[in-house]
Amino acid sequence: MAGKTSYERVKAARSADRPTGFDYVNYIFSDFVELHGDRRFGDDAAIVGGIARLSGRPVTVIAIEKGHTTRDRMARNFGMPHPEGYRKALRLMQQAEKFHRPVICFVDTAGAYCGIGAEERGQGQAIAENLVAMSGLKTPILSVLIGEGGSGGALALAVADRVWMLENAVYSVISPEGCASILWKDAARAEEAASCLKLTAHDALEMGITEEVIPEDQLGTPAFYDDLAYKLTQALASLDDLTVEQLVAARYVRFRNIGQP
Amino acid sequence: MQLPQFLKPKNELEAGGRQSVPVHRDENEMTKQCPNCRRQVPLSLLWSRHNTCTCGYHFRMNARQRVNFLTDEGSFQELDHDLVGEDVLGFPGYPAKLETTRSATGEVEAVLCGTARINGEPCCLFVMDPYFMMGSMGWAVGEKITRLFEYATEHGMSVVGCTVSGGARMQEGLVSLMQMAKTSAALRRHSDAGLFYLVLLTDPTTGGVMASFAMDGDVILAEPGATIGFAGARVIEQTVRKKLPQGFQKAEFLLEHGFVDAVVDRSEQRETISLLLNLHRGGGV
Repeated sequence: MAGKTSYERVKAARSADRPTGFDYVNYIFSDFVELHGDRRFGDDAAIVGGIARLSGRPVTVIAIEKGHTTRDRMARNFGMPHPEGYRKALRLMQQAEKFHRPVICFVDTAGAYCGIGAEERGQGQAIAENLVAMSGLKTPILSVLIGEGGSGGALALAVADRVWMLENAVYSVISPEGCASILWKDAARAEEAASCLKLTAHDALEMGITEEVIPEDQLGTPAFYDDLAYKLTQALASLDDLTVEQLVAARYVRFRNIGQP
Repeated sequence: MQLPQFLKPKNELEAGGRQSVPVHRDENEMTKQCPNCRRQVPLSLLWSRHNTCTCGYHFRMNARQRVNFLTDEGSFQELDHDLVGEDVLGFPGYPAKLETTRSATGEVEAVLCGTARINGEPCCLFVMDPYFMMGSMGWAVGEKITRLFEYATEHGMSVVGCTVSGGARMQEGLVSLMQMAKTSAALRRHSDAGLFYLVLLTDPTTGGVMASFAMDGDVILAEPGATIGFAGARVIEQTVRKKLPQGFQKAEFLLEHGFVDAVVDRSEQRETISLLLNLHRGGGV
């Protein structure tokens, strides 16, 4: 737990042994019905979404899924979404808004995919649209960073009322390797870059970017999921007291105040 | 249409001036090589053509030059000129880098914000600067743009934004990333108030800026040949291990794929933008 360096946490966040988005969906929720497709181009397997119950209450769940087996990981593009993935998420969030269902997102991505098709279909535009839509979505949004929080590709599911990070999750504007190669023309200095970037859960908490660090002592056990389910239920209950206007205004202030000197 | 394959311009300070500079020919005059047609272009000719070559190549402009070029003389009233952020992460070398950039450019940050008139049409205007850490967005840039949208919402004004950026400023880490959400929220309020936002994408508009307020305009214009994309071309090439198609991520490529409304030559930008502002007069609910 304590004493891990930033780069050790980066490695932990990337570890193939970690629970992935689907695990959280399966163990925390009941009655999950998966919904596919963005109604524009296709269905991106890197993002899983649908409707489920959290402690009996219907919610919309969206999770970035990396996959466990090699075959599954390839099918899910290692959790790097294409624009159609972000547009599927957007469709499900707007559907949630219509039915006044809260949205719960599980984020775990090295970043939005860097590819020819992704650019042709507007990767930047898809992310930009999600940021605008989420900033004004008239229903509560909770986001939990469960592994890697890779820049804009992660933020596109994390403009939320509460953002939590697992103890060994990381959240960064650029990968440590990318940062090192730009700054020192040497990707091998990633370890040094990781500590400069302040990308750990405790760093993010300290900067006011997240509200909570979720301990990992029991990661992947039933007790871990039960505890997280309880926390999510409590968080939604605390947001129930707000009117829609108060909720959206509080979300505005939340992001407005980050980094204020 | 066959599009010219532009080469990357050198990252040097472009000499430039106002539109009113007269053209004189002089054999001893300084010239600048056009990266597209390779000719040596006399600086005075370049100035008279608003930093474009006769072959159509658009050189980059710093933020002041662009403000002077786009707005009616004397109409630009700058807002938040002195606003600066902090070295939030204690990032190695960042304060020194800011200091040298400030003395080299004479600017405080990578964006200029204010109110202005374009051919008589009033608007709120932000113009990013490619020579200030490649227009990268840290807290101050995000804050200035957010405040501009808040000002415009309060006063019922249109916003014109000229983007140029390498993306979020990595020296400010997550705080930079959060500027994407903050600016998006502010422009959403502006939009919900029924107000008009026009974007002019200039070379290059990439990364976190491209993936936020650069793609959110009611109307999105782009300069010819401008590189516009989310991921860097080199990163994509390394990822997919394929040669990228010709003209990939150029303004014309985005037009073809439906992500910009029009590619507008610099000589027509004032007219086009002021017409669009005029067509949205009386906006707001």
